[in-house]
Amino acid sequence: MNRIVVPLALLLFLPLFGLAAPFLIPGNNLLASGTLSHLWHFVLGGYIASTLVLILGVGVGVFILGVGNAWIIASYDFPGKKIFEWALILPLAVPTYVMAYLFVDLLQFSGPIQSTLRAALGMDSLWFFPDPRSLSGAIWSFSFCLFPYVYLITRTAFLERSGRLIEVSETLGYSPLQGFIKLVLPMARPAIFAGMALALMEVLADFGAVSYFGVQTFATGIFKAWLSFGDRVAAVQLALGLLSFVLLIFFIEQSSRSKLRYASSTRSRPLAKTLHGKKAYLAFAFCGATLLCGFLLPAFALLQLLFKQGLTIDIRYLDWLGNSLSVSLLTAVISVALAVFFAYAVRMNTRLSWVNRLLGFGYALPGAVLAIGILSFLEIFHLAWWMSASMLVLVYAYLVRFLSSSLQSVEAGLARITPSMDASAALLGLTKGQILKRVHVPLLKRSLITAGLFVFVDVMKELPATLLLRPFNFDTLAVATYQLAADERLAELALPSLTIVLVGLFPVLLLSRVISKS
Amino acid sequence: MALPLHAQDAKELNLYSARHYQTDEALYSDFTKKTGIKINRIEADDNALAERLKSEGANSPADVILMVDAARLWRAQIDGFFKPIHSKYLESRIPANLRSKPEPEGSTWFGFSTRARLVVYNKAKVNPHDVDTYEKLAEPVNKGKVCTRSGAHPYMLSLIGAMIERRGEAATEEWAKGMVSNMARPPRGGDTDQIKAVASGECGVALTNSYYLVRLLRSTKPEDQALVSKIGFVWPNQQTTGTHINIAGGGVAKNAPHSQAAIQFLEYLASDSAQEYFANGNNEWPVVKSVKIENEGLKMLGSFKAENISVAAIGKNQIAAQRLLDRVGYK
Repeated sequence: MNRIVVPLALLLFLPLFGLAAPFLIPGNNLLASGTLSHLWHFVLGGYIASTLVLILGVGVGVFILGVGNAWIIASYDFPGKKIFEWALILPLAVPTYVMAYLFVDLLQFSGPIQSTLRAALGMDSLWFFPDPRSLSGAIWSFSFCLFPYVYLITRTAFLERSGRLIEVSETLGYSPLQGFIKLVLPMARPAIFAGMALALMEVLADFGAVSYFGVQTFATGIFKAWLSFGDRVAAVQLALGLLSFVLLIFFIEQSSRSKLRYASSTRSRPLAKTLHGKKAYLAFAFCGATLLCGFLLPAFALLQLLFKQGLTIDIRYLDWLGNSLSVSLLTAVISVALAVFFAYAVRMNTRLSWVNRLLGFGYALPGAVLAIGILSFLEIFHLAWWMSASMLVLVYAYLVRFLSSSLQSVEAGLARITPSMDASAALLGLTKGQILKRVHVPLLKRSLITAGLFVFVDVMKELPATLLLRPFNFDTLAVATYQLAADERLAELALPSLTIVLVGLFPVLLLSRVISKS
Repeated sequence: MALPLHAQDAKELNLYSARHYQTDEALYSDFTKKTGIKINRIEADDNALAERLKSEGANSPADVILMVDAARLWRAQIDGFFKPIHSKYLESRIPANLRSKPEPEGSTWFGFSTRARLVVYNKAKVNPHDVDTYEKLAEPVNKGKVCTRSGAHPYMLSLIGAMIERRGEAATEEWAKGMVSNMARPPRGGDTDQIKAVASGECGVALTNSYYLVRLLRSTKPEDQALVSKIGFVWPNQQTTGTHINIAGGGVAKNAPHSQAAIQFLEYLASDSAQEYFANGNNEWPVVKSVKIENEGLKMLGSFKAENISVAAIGKNQIAAQRLLDRVGYK
């Protein structure tokens, strides 16, 4: 087992060696350009500060939206719950950069809301109206875009939690809030952390949306070093700096997780408490407002752009769609298979757990930097022409980038199957294969589908690596969206963006069926 | 595993293009119709293409590389991405200042279209006389009125690189300082966003690439026409050094597997029909002077005096431009 696990993990780790290549070649004068010291002197401090504020803000945002909605949906019955249950996953289908375009378009000075208000109030400018192109605008937009990561994983944890925590907390005389803080949150902490880690890593790696908001983050520094100064080495050094920061978060999260032990007794689904009157109304309002801002408004704005444009379908549209679907599906399947393999390898041999932590690095790297790592690596072996010839390199890049998200999900699922379950099953005389089939598969099914869904939707939306590594004549919906945005054709961008959103809905519906059946 | 794309097959052409214009489709299909040569394309931004070419090295399948900024063309030449070629046709059609210096072994890149960086102002708020040079935008009279896109964008860096060439680094840094203190809002958004912000009154004056302005001038959408009615435009520096222009162009890739087809394609880009397309389809100025422009928007802009600065100088100054922007806090 070890003989396969380690080489396979290393294979997925190669781009990092590619990134490190310039440092391994002796005689490379690494600091001669002075790019780093220039950046450090004039701009880097500001980038770091705004990155921290952004991370903090989005962290709070996705926590409130993700955990709040997950708790309401998992614990209570109220009108509309059946729809919210799956609909709250929908914002995941909206790429962050599309959300940024729409958010700004709607709320900026020259946009419809401010123009109408100015006309109504007879004012030249609305001093009280916040500028959407700002740090706070970015925080709002990212929070509504990314909270489903937290919602999905946490909700699964709430549903699969042992016993009936609400009843327990009532027995103990806790108020619902006390019970939530003292019993439920600690129980779901690994899931919440996992979801937040995914969301925050996406923010750290993002460049398209943050630059549209005019926010300058650490990623801005990486790109400035690379693009304006043409200094690949300095860009890589900054990227490695970003990476070490992420790994630190990761290890903190891991060590806190390893202290947790579950006691899972029943698999019965807790009875959701039915809400009436004002409370039902509040629950509906909270979920409804989240759905409205995270999905309904953006989707409506896209539809409106589409109709304004008139339904002229680009001749290349079907190509974009076909390419996006095939590459997303392929990657999702391979990624889940790999995630299962690694998760089990670690379960059987805990000394290997470092492997899975390392595999998380891909998600934290800006896609463009990861792509450069792959390029450098291929360059060393004179294999870069593979890119033009086949999808192989592109799929590999996606796997490196997104494996950690499926791994998170599979591991979280596997963590809930306690060693004592395996032991009892073995006592009952089941073979290893039977344990897998009769215990693990039913318990893991939901986690696997969640994992596949994450990757599928992520690949649909992925832009920078796709742009850099794709073969000839291989434009995806995301690439088309980017090209149209670069050409400043916001209206034409509606069709490919909306398609990304709609295609993202299918796996969501699939997932919701699995949820409602279980 | 696929094979390397190195079989010399004249029926194919591999194009690396940084042009991101939807309307280019017509250009490529027209070439295929005329010659029977199928075009395989990869479109990405200039940097992505440069990184890819760098990594692919001698095995690169690229035949033709198209870029959309002077500094980038120069960079690509320095990095050795182009193969020098001799083409009587290209040399006769394209003015000498819009292609690379001819060396004994040939020229490396050719410009096929140009665009200018002009000033757009809000008619109700700004007197055009106060904004008729790039230099005036940094003067106190325009305090709180100026908008631009991010200084890190290649179009801005080329403009500033040209200014460094004309006025020296110290004077340009002073100018950039003045610009920062005149900003109506921090730099953000694209060029169309700047025009919209000027029309809505958020900004008094902004810089934009000409083709975005022409696109709005030609638009039949009522909201675009309302927008255009509120703005005026100026050709900056007409009495002095001329308006800053940038070029889009390209050349044959160093290791082109289909180099004959590549030259054929470049010559096609300088032909009347392709040049007319640049003007009429994408609102750029053709480089071939004899080509007829049937574009009402471009005609509205009229003729102008262009800045005459070598592409090499603009390219060379790019890093200095970015550094001075960082120093004065120009985002």
